[in-house]
Amino acid sequence: MRIILNGQEKECADAVSLKNIIEQFCKDSRCVVAEVNGTVVKSPQWAQKILSAGDTVELVNFVGGG
Amino acid sequence: MREIQTPQSAQVPVEDPPLIIAGRSFQNRFFLGTGKFKNKSDLTESIIASGSQLVTVALRRIDLERHPENILEHIPKDVILMVNTSGARNASEAVRIARLARESGCGSWIKIEVINDTKYLLPDNYETIKATEILAKEDFVVLPYMYPDLYVARELVKAGAATVMPLGSLIGSNQGLKAKEFIKILIEEIDLPIVVDAGLGSPSQAAEAMEMGADAVLANTAVATARHPALLAKSFSLAVVAGRLAYLSKMSSQKDFAEASSPLTGFLFDPTIPSNAGRESGELHHDHPS
Repeated sequence: MRIILNGQEKECADAVSLKNIIEQFCKDSRCVVAEVNGTVVKSPQWAQKILSAGDTVELVNFVGGG
Repeated sequence: MREIQTPQSAQVPVEDPPLIIAGRSFQNRFFLGTGKFKNKSDLTESIIASGSQLVTVALRRIDLERHPENILEHIPKDVILMVNTSGARNASEAVRIARLARESGCGSWIKIEVINDTKYLLPDNYETIKATEILAKEDFVVLPYMYPDLYVARELVKAGAATVMPLGSLIGSNQGLKAKEFIKILIEEIDLPIVVDAGLGSPSQAAEAMEMGADAVLANTAVATARHPALLAKSFSLAVVAGRLAYLSKMSSQKDFAEASSPLTGFLFDPTIPSNAGRESGELHHDHPS
């Protein structure tokens, strides 16, 4: 299935969990914040959050800023 | 490399309670931004050298190709992290960034930064008021970055801001206190801490802000882009202390004419008698008091 991850279309396995996606793309997931379809999903719920085709996922973290 | 020593001098008793923002006590009135550092060791060394108790960070989409490192590992744990809402073009985007930031577990300190102009990067004061109002109601500690306007500052106070952060000049411009006269009005009229943010390019400019009564200053670009960032961070921090002490000293104001600093009595020569004789003969005269 396809999801929109940080603005890009990505192919992924059906019924993949948010946790799987984060582990695939983030070296250090400790400070990642995840949003699915505009709603924040807290880290304890990442494994239970199963993604569906067409879901919009945003993964953000901290960078330097003034 | 030789350790730089600051001049040793006697302690001068001074009553200066720490700056309090949202119940947190700040002995150090210099806040540091973490953007633009060439490497992470410069960042860590600059934070430590400055002694800053509050640093700003930004929130961005993860670069899926590069597996970026975690900047928080390079920031000492005892420093307050304040997430800015840079990238937000209106109040609702700023609110969304703030909520995401809090979910990360990094606390509730938010610098509202709403910018809709790509050339001058001026803050949108009206959207900033809206975002401040929403986030303050959600118990965020809100430090709004704003263009120094008294009416807007009053609205920010009503909206629940913890401080008001007027720009000194354009972000990253190093132009210093171009908005000085308007910041002075905020210092006079607003009962919240005034933190001068943006455009401070040198420690003397930070000192100038503190001399006129700002409660703290925030700098980033100047420090991060210096060849020796930690050295400049330390210098900013010392300048902020110098400016604060000058403010507390209640300096006298500028005058349009000279005022002698040596006594105007007891001259070796009678100043009421003009004397040209010595000048004509080439003798040294001290006609003017210094």
